[in-house]
Amino acid sequence: MTIWFSRHANTAAGSLGRLVSQPFASLMIVLVIAVTLALPAALNLAIKNFTVISGSWDDALDFSVFLDTDLSVSEAEGIARLIAQRADVADVQLITAEDALAEFKQQSGFGDALDHLAENPLPHALVVRPSPANTAQSMTLLREELASLPETELVQVDTEWVQRFHAILEIVQRAVMIGAGLLGLAIVVVIGNTIRLEIQNRRDEIEVTKLIGASNAFVRRPFLWSGFWYGLFGSLLGLGLVWYGLYLLQPAVARLAGLYQSGLTVLTLDLKDCLAIIGIGVTLGLIGSWFAAARHMRAIEPK
Amino acid sequence: MIQLDNVTKRYPGGQEALSGLTVSVDKGEMAFVTGHSGAGKSTLLKLIALIERPTSGQVVVDGQNTQRVRRRRIPKYRRQIGMVFQDHKLLYDRPVAENVALPLVIAGVGHREASRRVRAALDQVGLLHKEKQNPETLSAGEQQRVGIARAIVTRPKLLIADEPTGNLDPDLSLEVMRIFRRFNEVGVTLLIASHDIALIDKLGCRRIEIEDGRLQQHEDDDFVEDYAEVPLPQGGDDRWR
Repeated sequence: MTIWFSRHANTAAGSLGRLVSQPFASLMIVLVIAVTLALPAALNLAIKNFTVISGSWDDALDFSVFLDTDLSVSEAEGIARLIAQRADVADVQLITAEDALAEFKQQSGFGDALDHLAENPLPHALVVRPSPANTAQSMTLLREELASLPETELVQVDTEWVQRFHAILEIVQRAVMIGAGLLGLAIVVVIGNTIRLEIQNRRDEIEVTKLIGASNAFVRRPFLWSGFWYGLFGSLLGLGLVWYGLYLLQPAVARLAGLYQSGLTVLTLDLKDCLAIIGIGVTLGLIGSWFAAARHMRAIEPK
Repeated sequence: MIQLDNVTKRYPGGQEALSGLTVSVDKGEMAFVTGHSGAGKSTLLKLIALIERPTSGQVVVDGQNTQRVRRRRIPKYRRQIGMVFQDHKLLYDRPVAENVALPLVIAGVGHREASRRVRAALDQVGLLHKEKQNPETLSAGEQQRVGIARAIVTRPKLLIADEPTGNLDPDLSLEVMRIFRRFNEVGVTLLIASHDIALIDKLGCRRIEIEDGRLQQHEDDDFVEDYAEVPLPQGGDDRWR
């Protein structure tokens, strides 16, 4: 066992030494692997972020009920109380025309220009939150009934675009998965090709060691370790790239969060994600080198 | 130790390297295979090392029928045979000691034991003081001795050598043969392909002469007498067995 272990440690160190002895060539390959891994990792992270954000929209299946503009505040309050009594409504919130204008002024950036308006063009609005017990059918019924109220100008459902967004997100997610699969294949090919060249460069050595009784497994071992190191360093550098990207995005996201007045925080890679990326990198490295070694090693027999 | 029974080897090109060759080498014997180049000397050794397989016939080495050694078992089979090559086949990216240690590394011998044996083997060929040098810096004769040290470091019972003195001048050749002789004296069986008949006669060993893939019978029986004069190996040095 100790012999087995020290043998592997020796081979691993030897392979690492070989990598280090050609720093430029090794770095290029590691960089290719890093970028190839970082790309899907970053996209996946972005999707995860969007999913979390849109997840919070899920509860917001609110109806916006815009009332006729000629209604007074007290009349609007009366309607709000009336709707709030319904069993299928959980909560009603009145946004008066005045409040709406103030908020619009603050967020639109038109600011003082709006002061020159002769009168407030905005209607009072009710944000109706249906009770969670509603089914899709009862929601439709509720919507129709709200729309048929004489004071109602327009009922807008805010959920449709959320659903559409979810559908789009799912498509993007699948596309990223397919892309990640292809990029993974690319890593296998890149590492496989690198190992193939290495095997060709060391053909004489392989032949001699086989001649004096080395098994295929023995000859293969250093190349598998090379693949392992490429995968490991590639994924570590890839993680570094993702982290650096997040660092660059941080101020922009903070600004966006400020605009939405929400505690929008960027999800970062947690330990599990990091380990998964490293694991994937190492696995792909081993697969690539194993394929190359299995394919080309058998062809090299002493003559 | 080695027994070839009616062995024929035909290469894919159609040429027949060996034709119905029957020959045997006893345990503890030191024998030479001679013949013109292309006579089949190398093929004979390759069949023993399982680098090639016979087209027909049987090759039995140390009681093992090579026909029954499966592809996967070939590495293990080769580890029990020491091999010396005309072109040394050393690895020039590592020092002498690591070249000699290679068979031990392959066999999974522990580090301390390995370095002890490497030093013993290098001492046997008189190159202990050059263990840290790169083989490239050594002369041809010294490189061949490194190759021999590598072949004997695992203490094989059988050592085969293909033209080990092919690139050496007469003095160096004699030196190499003396080293082989010493191994033989401690019980190692040797089969050496060579065309240096003068040298072989000087050593007084048995000659297996191959001509066109067939055993050539000697007209003169001198060699048998010569051979009889050579004392058979007795017991031997503890360092080697």
